[in-house]
Amino acid sequence: MTLTSSDRQQLNYIASQAADARVNVEIETEGMTLNIGPQHPATHGTLRIIAKVDGEQVVWAEPAAGYMHRGYEKLTEVRSFPQVTTLVNRIDWLGSFANEVPFILAAEKLMEIEAPPRAQYIRTILFELSRIANVTLFLGDMAAQLGALTPVFYAFRDREYVLNLIEAATGGRFHPNFDRIGGLKDDLPAGFIDETRAVMKKMRSFCTLMEDVLLGNEIFQQRCRGIGVIPKDIALSYGLSGANLRASGVNWDLRRDQKLPMAWDKVDWKVWTHPDGDSFARYWVRLQETRESTLIVDRLLDSMPSGPIMAKVPRIIKVPEGEAWVSTENPLGEMGYYVVSKGDTGPFRVKIRSASFNNVSIASWVLKGVLIPDVITILASLYFILGDIDR
Amino acid sequence: MDAAPTPAAESAVVEAPVVPVVIDDEREAMVSQLRGVIGDALLEYHIKPHDDLWIRVRTDAWVAVGKAVRDVLAMDYFDFLSAMDWMPSPYGRGEDDPTAEPVERSTEVKQGYAGGATRFQIMARVMSSTRHIGVTLKADVDDANPVIDSWIPVYRGANWHERECAEMFGIGFAGHPDLRKLYLPVDFEGYPLRKDFPLLARMVKPWPGIVDVEPIPAHLDTDGGDAE
Amino acid sequence: MIFALHPSYWQSSIFRIVGVLAAVLLIAPAFVYLYLFKMVSFMQSRLGPMEAGPYGSLQLLAEVGKWLQKEDLIPDRADKRIFAWAPIIVLMSTFLMFVVVPFGPDAVFTGGENGITSGVFLALALSSISVLGILMAGWSSANKYSLMGGLRAAGQLIAYELPMVLSVLGVVIQAGTLDMNKIVWAQNHDSIFGFSWIGNPYVLTQGVGFLIFMISVQAELTQTPFDMPVAESELVAGYMTEYSGFRFLTFFIAEFATAGAFAAIASTLFLGGWGMPAKWFGWTSLQDVGQWMNFAGPLILFSKIMLLGFVIFWVRFTYPRFREDQLQKFAWKVLIPLSLLNIAVTAVLKVMF
Repeated sequence: MTLTSSDRQQLNYIASQAADARVNVEIETEGMTLNIGPQHPATHGTLRIIAKVDGEQVVWAEPAAGYMHRGYEKLTEVRSFPQVTTLVNRIDWLGSFANEVPFILAAEKLMEIEAPPRAQYIRTILFELSRIANVTLFLGDMAAQLGALTPVFYAFRDREYVLNLIEAATGGRFHPNFDRIGGLKDDLPAGFIDETRAVMKKMRSFCTLMEDVLLGNEIFQQRCRGIGVIPKDIALSYGLSGANLRASGVNWDLRRDQKLPMAWDKVDWKVWTHPDGDSFARYWVRLQETRESTLIVDRLLDSMPSGPIMAKVPRIIKVPEGEAWVSTENPLGEMGYYVVSKGDTGPFRVKIRSASFNNVSIASWVLKGVLIPDVITILASLYFILGDIDR
Repeated sequence: MDAAPTPAAESAVVEAPVVPVVIDDEREAMVSQLRGVIGDALLEYHIKPHDDLWIRVRTDAWVAVGKAVRDVLAMDYFDFLSAMDWMPSPYGRGEDDPTAEPVERSTEVKQGYAGGATRFQIMARVMSSTRHIGVTLKADVDDANPVIDSWIPVYRGANWHERECAEMFGIGFAGHPDLRKLYLPVDFEGYPLRKDFPLLARMVKPWPGIVDVEPIPAHLDTDGGDAE
Repeated sequence: MIFALHPSYWQSSIFRIVGVLAAVLLIAPAFVYLYLFKMVSFMQSRLGPMEAGPYGSLQLLAEVGKWLQKEDLIPDRADKRIFAWAPIIVLMSTFLMFVVVPFGPDAVFTGGENGITSGVFLALALSSISVLGILMAGWSSANKYSLMGGLRAAGQLIAYELPMVLSVLGVVIQAGTLDMNKIVWAQNHDSIFGFSWIGNPYVLTQGVGFLIFMISVQAELTQTPFDMPVAESELVAGYMTEYSGFRFLTFFIAEFATAGAFAAIASTLFLGGWGMPAKWFGWTSLQDVGQWMNFAGPLILFSKIMLLGFVIFWVRFTYPRFREDQLQKFAWKVLIPLSLLNIAVTAVLKVMF
């Protein structure tokens, strides 16, 4: 069904109304226009999907984002580099440390300095811990969207261990604000390594638990297999990234495939892909990646060097003129920062490329012709965080 | 008294340090390959060896370049598309005292890598999922009439990026099927990410600067004093 | 009559009314507290309500008080009379279902020679009334989500009526009667291939029928995995979205009381109801059963109801939910053929043995 001009007028009308999920648009004979969100138990925050349904089938759906737009790119223009780190924590708030890293790496690239090896290892460990914290929530939450109310509690319970680790190291459970240009704010506390090993064992048993409870469950399989198939070329053309892309069969992981001053290339680990490209594949890939992350952390702890955790940088940092782009494999996908500096204490412009922005823009393509319950399944499997979409 | 130059000083011919010229073969090959396809639409390029590649292209060839990059250079992954406003902000960092005289700041436009001739530039980044290498493309956008062709025929993901760009910078995208506002309310006036659009929070309450409530203890002060 | 008492008509009517109220209002809160508050909390590795009363036992009282003191909102465009009647109809069908369940050899609400002798038939018919109530709720709410929830519920409930009825037919064939009390007696008195120490609880000999019945019950209660109509993550609360205050409380109580009613019917039909195997006490006919059974019977039945409720809620909090079409496919293509097969096999075996 193509978008006629009257549809567009109606869409403008809907878009300009107050954000009331239950506004009764006139019931036309050929279909009902349904607002899923912005206030809704399912969507991860204030995302609104405008769907034209014919019975139970979605004829046309469009996500309307922007309810949480905070104007990050404008805010970075008036801040100094350390202040931007604080700001940037809050984009993907479930795996916060991972947001800081590409920005700091871009600034370090412009300054042509590298963090000392120990700092690189600790950065990578905290990065992987934030990935575990983030994706663990996904593993439980997607089940909750499908109706299995119990696994999400296990996810929250086991996530607490990881958050305690992050708090022990950085002082903040959710917004660590720990990365500094040239290294880290502090070294690891005593007992961190043993504690982390124990927690990684717990997280591996959590992954096994999710496999037992959910992956083999027939209802879960029926709800997810073959739902929301995204072929490889469409995924690449939309800029889908992270586990979503690997679930469509693309063997590409930015941790392995680009040279960054981080410690991923110092240990052996596996990239998981799945050929199907459906919702089940996306869940499966994320589950395997979580387990792989725990193994990465273990191996990094085994081989961590000693040394300083901060390179020699002046107290007031002025980043030389230039442009730099760094992107990393964040929990949600590929997150990158295009930092333009004019030699000031703060950036001239920061373009934040967030993963969920592209991941959600594919929704209008993938939601055509599916049933309403499948809309929830597909959105849950694409896994977005509103702060990441709206910045 | 003039002292005769010491023999040591005469024979101490200091040679300028030789900086090895690093050639990034892969990226140079990409540039020549692209030039072979689009010809003189490739205006300027900048390579940071083993780091990144910036290419500036002619505005009217934007879609053709996109297709060339996608098909010839095998850049199948669409990273992002955005714009740059190269004019420095007349409001500085929002630290001006509202009661004092407005500070005169230079608003001279100076572009970055791969040059440019206009205040606004579109930039896009694409990557190859197989070769694991990317390129940043830039194109000037006319100041008087900021319009450029839409990249949707090249990469589908450009849809939302162009919508955001249009509402934030006021750049038009010819051929975009549905250029509605993405983030901003329907009746919002102005283009927020332009540098002459002030950040209202800082207009209302300017940033007081880095204020040290308590000076840093001497043994931690590696820099030796404030360098504000 | 109990202890050879012959109460007059109005006295026995009062006993009956109090009895039904007691049955509903004892079982439903027990379900809510034990299973909804505590069991599910422990399964989800949390404690559940702990503040109101010792170990949160008075939480339900607090909840009832909370719902009662809320504003009674009726949406502007709603059909007011239908909106008001919908929860009452749903609750009414629950009460009526308890009427046919026997609590003891003589402790029946209506039975014996002059009472209802086709209790099974009546129970299943009465359970269908709630479908009307749900449809009324969905339609009259003037809310797209509620309408969709109501329609989904109607489709699902009607689809799962059939397997329920057909699976019970196997029991009826084996017992040879539609009278609930006689079915209880048949289970406690008969023998399995000559072995009569545990009677003949139909959960053993009608295992397939029991399974189908429990699945259908799960669907009739719109519990996960069949809770599309109230799918919280999609339709907020489905057909119950617009209800607040005591109307919602009515739906809430009806949901758990219906669970209790179905558990009672299931225990009566499959687990042996109020009875213990007759061999243990040497009874030979229904009239023989001791009078003390009229007091122990309800307790025994209560424990069996609790057991089945445990299973119902355990499944509710474990499985994800079916999609509507998968749900329908399951009912029509799997459960109904299976239950038909069950009837055929039961009939054949009954004739052979």
